[in-house]
Amino acid sequence: MIARAARSEHVSGWLFVLPAAVLITVFGIIPIFWALLLSFQQNDLLTAPTWVGTENYRTLYHDPVFRDSVRRTLVYTILFVPISVGGALAIALLLDARVRLSWFYRTAVFVPVATSTVATGIIFNLLLEPTYGIANYLLGEVGLGPYGFFQDPDQALYSVVAMTVWGWLGFDVIIYMAALQGVPQDLLEAARLDGAGRWATFRHVVWPLLGPATLFLIVWSTINALQVFDEIYVTTRGGPLHATTVLVYYMFNQAFELFHAGYAAAAAYVLFVITLAFSLLQLWLGNRRVHYTS
Amino acid sequence: MRPRLPFSPRHLVLIPLSAVMLLPLIWMLITSFQTLDESRHFPPVLLPTGIHWSNYSDAWNAAPFGRFFINSAVVTLASVAGNLVFCSLAGYAFARLHFFGRDVLFVALLATLMVPFQVIMIPTFIIVKDLGLVNSLGGLIVPNLATPFGVFMLRQFFRTLPIELEEAARIDGCSRLGVLFRIVMPLSMPALATLGIVIFLWTWNDFLWPLIVITSTDQNTVQLGLASFQGAHQTNWSLLMAGNVMALAPMLLVFIFAQRWFVRSLAGAGVKG
Repeated sequence: MIARAARSEHVSGWLFVLPAAVLITVFGIIPIFWALLLSFQQNDLLTAPTWVGTENYRTLYHDPVFRDSVRRTLVYTILFVPISVGGALAIALLLDARVRLSWFYRTAVFVPVATSTVATGIIFNLLLEPTYGIANYLLGEVGLGPYGFFQDPDQALYSVVAMTVWGWLGFDVIIYMAALQGVPQDLLEAARLDGAGRWATFRHVVWPLLGPATLFLIVWSTINALQVFDEIYVTTRGGPLHATTVLVYYMFNQAFELFHAGYAAAAAYVLFVITLAFSLLQLWLGNRRVHYTS
Repeated sequence: MRPRLPFSPRHLVLIPLSAVMLLPLIWMLITSFQTLDESRHFPPVLLPTGIHWSNYSDAWNAAPFGRFFINSAVVTLASVAGNLVFCSLAGYAFARLHFFGRDVLFVALLATLMVPFQVIMIPTFIIVKDLGLVNSLGGLIVPNLATPFGVFMLRQFFRTLPIELEEAARIDGCSRLGVLFRIVMPLSMPALATLGIVIFLWTWNDFLWPLIVITSTDQNTVQLGLASFQGAHQTNWSLLMAGNVMALAPMLLVFIFAQRWFVRSLAGAGVKG
């Protein structure tokens, strides 16, 4: 009797997980190994692939466009992550208090979260148009510019940073505001009674409690920044003069426009290693400082 | 009545901030009502001379937006439904049932969370091609029917439910499937809503995968259709922005009216997931 019940639990368990397990295996687990295999092949997605050993990796190492794309991706990430996470923290702190019109401010900050990356790119093409765009007009009113933005190789990557910060900021604010809701009021009260000023309260009470949220946002934003693609595809197409050719754009171009799928798979594995290295480093550094409370 | 709050210096930061966040969307809206000449005028025409609704009808006729919406709706609804059912089933088994190989399988599924989609997109494309799903909505739906994120999130939530209810139902002769659908899932509405909303936002706005899989216009999703619409009308700003407003409006309206739900879901997914 007991044996049969246990056996039925094995069967039910497997039947329950089967659909998800099959789907995730076919579209999530097998491709991890297949991508590694591909990276050692020459493959144009049409004819039979040939084995080329480590040639793809050696070519990548000597390819100046690829090396620059890695460098640009890192520059983008190093700008995007602190600006979006730091900005979000400041905004969340400002919005946390009971200010009048706070529903309006919240909506204004959150609305870009629902705006798709494609729509964002199209809007910024209009705003940042160099000759008659409204950004140059407004900046001109305060004595700045005119700028070339997406059309200037020296400014294009920074313009992409500005555009994507606009698009992603709201999500980070949502996370921080949720974390601030979890800060117990009596702790703030106790700090105030002990004579702590606003800065001391923030530094010694609020900031440590925001640790898990900050760590999550840094890891999450870094992963997203290393994978930036959509907004670039819609605005600069990696140009001008490769100024915005980031890693994923380079991969996409190699795999699906030039049909160098094996070579692109090698680039994908480089992305994998970079992402993993960043995440593990951040989690390792973070977990030594962040204290989780249940 | 709530007490009136004194004017806070925070407004001095929050007002310009809101202006910066809203300006791109407001400018899109204004441009969508301008004439082509006004949209290319310098200095910019801040208040258009009239409201040119014709941009909207022109945009609607220039590309099959209706078709794009139907395609996106089909893909999104199928993905949300698939995730709710398959991730619930798997999440419940991982949370409550003891079966051979459970922990190994769970760790394997979890490990895929660490792998960026871009790393696996080339072989995934080859698999979808071999299944004959290239250039079909099926190619967008099938790989997205169950996500490791959903399995993990629901497993974590199901484990927080009191097991006594489920045991009582089992003793009363309820099947395991019955327990899941009649007891566990109704108790898990917040978690299911979170998963549904996250998958909804993600699928509706997804761009890279449709860009790879779909080749013909009649299979385009909204995002894909919008990108090719831009390609076809480069600097015809008034027309482009009318198309952009049409493509964005449903999602923005849903978001604004259901803001609490969206915010709670994103916060929940972020904090727990």
